[in-house]
Amino acid sequence: MPVYYLKTPISEEDVRKLVVNDTIYITGTIITARDQAHRRALENLKEGKSLPINFEGLAIFHCGPVVKKEGDKWVVVAAGPTTSTRMDLFEDEFIKNFKVRVVIGKGGMGKRTTEAMAKYGAVYAAFTGGAAVLAAKAIKDVKGVEWLDLGVPEALWIFEVENFGPLTVAIDSHGNNIYMDVSKKVEENKRKIYEEIGVTR
Amino acid sequence: MDIEKRVEDVAFNLIRQAVIYLPEDVKASLKRAYEEETSEAAKTQLKAILENIELAEKYKAPVCQDTGTILFYVTAGAEVRGLDKIEVALINATRRATKEVPLRPNAVDPFTQKNSGDNTGRFVPYINWEIVPGNTLEITVMPKGGGSENMCIAKTIPPGEGINGIKKFVIESIVEAGAQPCPPTIVGVGLGGGVDVAIKLAKKALLRPLNTPNPDPELNKLEKELYEMANKLGIGPMGLGGRATVLGVHVDYAFRHPASFPVAVAFNCWAARKASAKIYEDGSVEYLTHKGVE
Repeated sequence: MPVYYLKTPISEEDVRKLVVNDTIYITGTIITARDQAHRRALENLKEGKSLPINFEGLAIFHCGPVVKKEGDKWVVVAAGPTTSTRMDLFEDEFIKNFKVRVVIGKGGMGKRTTEAMAKYGAVYAAFTGGAAVLAAKAIKDVKGVEWLDLGVPEALWIFEVENFGPLTVAIDSHGNNIYMDVSKKVEENKRKIYEEIGVTR
Repeated sequence: MDIEKRVEDVAFNLIRQAVIYLPEDVKASLKRAYEEETSEAAKTQLKAILENIELAEKYKAPVCQDTGTILFYVTAGAEVRGLDKIEVALINATRRATKEVPLRPNAVDPFTQKNSGDNTGRFVPYINWEIVPGNTLEITVMPKGGGSENMCIAKTIPPGEGINGIKKFVIESIVEAGAQPCPPTIVGVGLGGGVDVAIKLAKKALLRPLNTPNPDPELNKLEKELYEMANKLGIGPMGLGGRATVLGVHVDYAFRHPASFPVAVAFNCWAARKASAKIYEDGSVEYLTHKGVE
């Protein structure tokens, strides 16, 4: 399986080269955003307010980290991905308006996000759920935090990362979605199991 | 002994042990899952999991950033003095652990959406009490992740569907959960009771050590069948396809009303955290799950 090392800002052209099952590592700036941060960013857009940082070409990370403050400096203790499907509500608008190129999370995303990724050029990269220390070790610096009033997990954390990964491209910009493929196979397997035990539907 | 202080210290240690060091039974099962896996994508996920477990131990950092909702199971001897002090001790331990380990603040007011910031709030931490004869106090903590909690489900099936109705509902729930509860998961199944009893039994069953046979031969058979079926589904580690969808299935049951058959399914993510200790009458402490861990 091919391995790519990407640096932010990532261009649409670079992202279009990626296909499902590729492994990527990211160096540069990534931003955490969960439900509340997605909502607020889109509300700001609607009201014509600017964002605290330009998201274009960056990776956003579905993550609510464990952090501690040493002096006036934030340090990341643990930072694995959260379940991405909750962000399906917002992600197509996010990709369209803010031109983020990589969405990092766990558990996959649905049809709306997959279509937006194909249309505007972005990928979904799966980071192993719960692998929070592995992630924290790749975060070299906390460049800032915005919207801390939303609480630590929901705030917008801006991280400087080095070789953040391994990330598996699970949705590419060509309409492929590993989770949907797995789901089809699982349904077939389930039918076979039901036949074996004599469950009729 | 000052029971409040002793319980607070022990509970603080238990929370710390639980969020940093996965229990031995879970680690062994994950290693076995890695060895048995054949697909490359699945092996990559399990390798990252095993590496992460080692890093957490090395840096004494929480194994997952979602340090969960703190749940306690307290089995109290009826003769233990100061039972009324235990609740406040467990709340204080949770506050201290949030600051010192640290834990992620995970207690949110459902109406104002405000995070309390210290992992406490109305019914948080939740304490499951059991009063037994004797004078020892056993405390178990289960920091329960949100991703797997979101997939927990209970319903009543038509009693006429029998065992196959149970199997169908459990498999259906695992399929529905898919990648979201961070597989390979531990699945707890509670049968019978009212719906409240079923989900309580299902959740408590998550605590039983993996790879230990159920003492009830009927349940043991059902657990094995459900385990085999679940691992034929192909969901795999983190839902990217593969063999290891579950590490274990644990079943418990209660008698039921003739007209209703509650079935509950609880999930725990691969980071299935738990820690237990016993406090004796003289104040001495025995750590049960994390021997040799400071």
